[in-house]
Amino acid sequence: MPPPEPGTADGFTITVDGAAVPVRAGQTLAAALLAAGRRSTRRTRFAGSSRGVFCGIGICFDCLVVCNGEPNVRACLRPAAAGDTVETGQRPGTTADSGRGGAGVGGPDAGEGVR
Amino acid sequence: MSSGAPDRRSEHRRGAARLAVVGAGPAGLAAAVAAAETGAEVTVVDLGQRPGGQYLRQPTVAGVRPDPHPGRAGDLLRQAGGHPRITFRSGHQVWSAEPAGDDPSETWPSSRRHSSSGGPAGAVTLRLFGPAGPDTLTAPVVVLAPGGYDRVVPFPGWDLPGVVTAGGAQALAKGQGVLVGRRVLVAGTGPFLLVVAAGLASAGAQVAGVVEAAPLHRWSRHPLAVAGQPGKLAEAARHFAALRRHRIPLWRAQAVTEVVEDGAGLRATVRRVDADWRPGEVTRTVPVDAVCVGYGFTPSVELAVALGCATRIDPADGSLVVTVDELGRSSVPGVLVAGEATGVGGAGLAVDEGRLAGLAAAHRLGLLDDAGLGRAAAPVLRRAARQRRFAAAMHRVHRVPDGWTEWLRPDTVVCRCEEVTAGRLRADVTGYGLDDIRALKLVTRVGMGLCQGRVCGRAAACLLAAASGRDQPLEDFAKRQIVMPVPLGAVAEEGPPQ
Amino acid sequence: MAGSFDVVVVGAGIVGAACAYACARRGLTVAVLERAGLVAGATGSGEGNLLVSDKLPGPELELALFSNGLWRRWATELGDRYGDIELEAKGGLVVTGVGPGADGAAGLAGLRATARAQAAAGVLVESLDPAGVREREPAITPELAGGLFYPQDMQLMPAKATAALLAAARADGAEVRLRTEVTGLSRDAGGRVVGVRTGAGPVAAGHVVNAAGAWAGALAGLAGADTPVAPRRGFILVTEPVPPLVRHKVYSADYLDNVASGDAGLQSSTVVEGTPAGTILIGATRELVDFDHRYNAEAVRRLAEGAVRLFPPLAAVRAMRVYHGFRPFSPDHLPVIGADSRVPGLVHAHGHEGAGIGLAPATAHLVAQVVSGERPDLALGPFDPARFRTEVEAARAAA
Repeated sequence: MPPPEPGTADGFTITVDGAAVPVRAGQTLAAALLAAGRRSTRRTRFAGSSRGVFCGIGICFDCLVVCNGEPNVRACLRPAAAGDTVETGQRPGTTADSGRGGAGVGGPDAGEGVR
Repeated sequence: MSSGAPDRRSEHRRGAARLAVVGAGPAGLAAAVAAAETGAEVTVVDLGQRPGGQYLRQPTVAGVRPDPHPGRAGDLLRQAGGHPRITFRSGHQVWSAEPAGDDPSETWPSSRRHSSSGGPAGAVTLRLFGPAGPDTLTAPVVVLAPGGYDRVVPFPGWDLPGVVTAGGAQALAKGQGVLVGRRVLVAGTGPFLLVVAAGLASAGAQVAGVVEAAPLHRWSRHPLAVAGQPGKLAEAARHFAALRRHRIPLWRAQAVTEVVEDGAGLRATVRRVDADWRPGEVTRTVPVDAVCVGYGFTPSVELAVALGCATRIDPADGSLVVTVDELGRSSVPGVLVAGEATGVGGAGLAVDEGRLAGLAAAHRLGLLDDAGLGRAAAPVLRRAARQRRFAAAMHRVHRVPDGWTEWLRPDTVVCRCEEVTAGRLRADVTGYGLDDIRALKLVTRVGMGLCQGRVCGRAAACLLAAASGRDQPLEDFAKRQIVMPVPLGAVAEEGPPQ
Repeated sequence: MAGSFDVVVVGAGIVGAACAYACARRGLTVAVLERAGLVAGATGSGEGNLLVSDKLPGPELELALFSNGLWRRWATELGDRYGDIELEAKGGLVVTGVGPGADGAAGLAGLRATARAQAAAGVLVESLDPAGVREREPAITPELAGGLFYPQDMQLMPAKATAALLAAARADGAEVRLRTEVTGLSRDAGGRVVGVRTGAGPVAAGHVVNAAGAWAGALAGLAGADTPVAPRRGFILVTEPVPPLVRHKVYSADYLDNVASGDAGLQSSTVVEGTPAGTILIGATRELVDFDHRYNAEAVRRLAEGAVRLFPPLAAVRAMRVYHGFRPFSPDHLPVIGADSRVPGLVHAHGHEGAGIGLAPATAHLVAQVVSGERPDLALGPFDPARFRTEVEAARAAA
């Protein structure tokens, strides 16, 4: 059976960077952020540039936020829940000040999958 | 974390012929319905909160009016949703697919003699991660219908907040009732741009224009493909009418080659481009809140590649696709693939390919004999062939030549996850003599981030080929056993009994 | 293709690149021939470990200590002109008695005995109680008996190091020819190797250096110099980038047993470390399964399980990728380095199993001394390529 129809309950609020943001029931975090005029979701690890929703369907991992302490949450997929505390502007993968030396910083990690 | 054991056991108890379908878009739903109609017990796994995929996306927000879906695709949601032998696992990510070992508890239908090669050799275990944690799904036959996502070529400013994919803008409008901006520009190539522009305008956005890189007169070179698909003509006419109604200009043979921040908004630079998309003079700069870009689609082939299915380059658009026969059977027994992953062709073709794969799955499960399969498949095969011809013509009109590489500046980010710039990439290829994707990834980290090269892989391969003088196999970006990131706690869980 | 070189190095992994660098810097003319692409083998599939901690006193530890100093120097030499190789002197932490049911007391006693022997051989090592371990690694499980800290253990980025070494060698005149497979060795009337044959033609050489990693046995076979080096498969899991969670290279003491074992079946122990990219690498499995590229779900499951047991917060961190490679396994766990007494002109530099990154500079230094006719700085006896005569003959008899 398909999942139940989305609830028709009234909206609720979540906290984004300390401010209350209204959410319509069933909305994702990304939708709630955009509806509130917040385009930026995170800053990049190395250059610290702002990023926001890009692919909108869970592919690109650009709309990452910290949700209730959990890092690297895809805002476009996560349904907002009443009371969620969301932080934007984080630099996942580094502490805020430790962006190391710009692009190309690596790590001995081969990208090849397995057949 | 919970496990899916109760589900598995109940499926075994029923002793039914089981089919797993990955993806609840048009192809997956059509496969599920076709197989269920022959008696198969079908489980459909999908990442979305509600079935439909991208094309048939259903809103999750109360008060957002669902899109009317004309034709056969729209009927599928109702047929699949109400079918007693179709179970949905929505909100589940398939993060790994492995050939299952011999499972003594496997129950096979008595009419198994009909299956083409039969036996658990073709059985597949899908590893899922859902709202309740990890789970597994083992089935003797699987139909992969993972769809695709917008292809985007890099350009200066494509990483700014407010630059979104056309599909992303549409998903937010259709599924969430949210506009990516009040004033938007839609740019790229392909008929999908018209759909998105019309959709955003209907939802209340002011669409400043549609920037189409192709010179559309190329369509006149494909009269037969168009004549074979009168429905497509009507569809195109509808889109153009919608553009006129909303007074949206269509700028042809032009491209958004740069976006910069401008106060609280963005400013897009539109240039004329030649047939190879080399940039010419600036035709206009457009102040907007958002720029929606799409350059066709990238098929999602990772699950099939992980299972060892053979792939090929689709000559129509250069995409990496899964090699299948006309019924969707891949090179791996028991693994069928339908929809965009076998070649980008749109929702109508995906429905037919899904239906064929569902029938072929039923045949393998012993629910259809050869004659039954032939009878059921024949009319669908003819329709699918016509649609493929149209899709091939569409790809030729809206091809993506390499001239976009001249839009890049040295500081333009190519790999968004790892922030690898075009300048860095070219310098390392030359300086270190890199000539393959693996070495490029290791040395520059291009394609090594969370999206695993899904967004930048094809662009990076193109830049590497140009800088190294060596053609690059796209499969090197699609090979990965962990198809999507998943908590280590889930990886640590025991799999199904082997 | 043609040409004549003092040294032809076969293999463009870390060992081949290091040999090319060391030889070219001495003014020798060098060509590197690589069957596939840069870092196509184990070099691109490892963790970049430069360890002294996992070696017991003996010739391999001497090689590791020698290499440790060379890597520090090379990192500086290469860094400015050829790119950062991300050398991190982060230190290694070996822990024991992890998890419920572990025999902490026995494990600790064993570790401390190892540490005493290593210290006598010149290794810096510090014994830690559980509180000391947690002070160095705050996210580690409290359920452990204790550990040892090795400040000399380091990590680098092997692909970048290899690319930089080859770029530096090229600057000194070396040629690097990718996608050039060696199909045979040319011998003169006296039996001396005087070059190689390739798909693109012959290349003359004063010395041929076998740096073919897990494929070194096949190359040696072309010269009739049987060398029982075999591929030993390993999987590594990589997490998404996360804020710093693991500060050192941290591994469980059973890793030492796994490394020292010659068992063909699946062996796994827990090795966890962060990288400058923010990812966390999780090893290590060992299997002798020839060049089998198939995925082993159980091996990968054990990696995840072990990592979560060692660092419980990792349970919520996402695995992003898994990869595998083939270590050049040598039956007596010592690398194969030096001139081949059976085939004059052939010099070996392989068989380092999982320690190739760490041992590459010392190996290259010794190889450069051998081809220059100098007396090597370390005795090469234990690494003698002809030492496996018994194994080879036994294998031939069995076949």
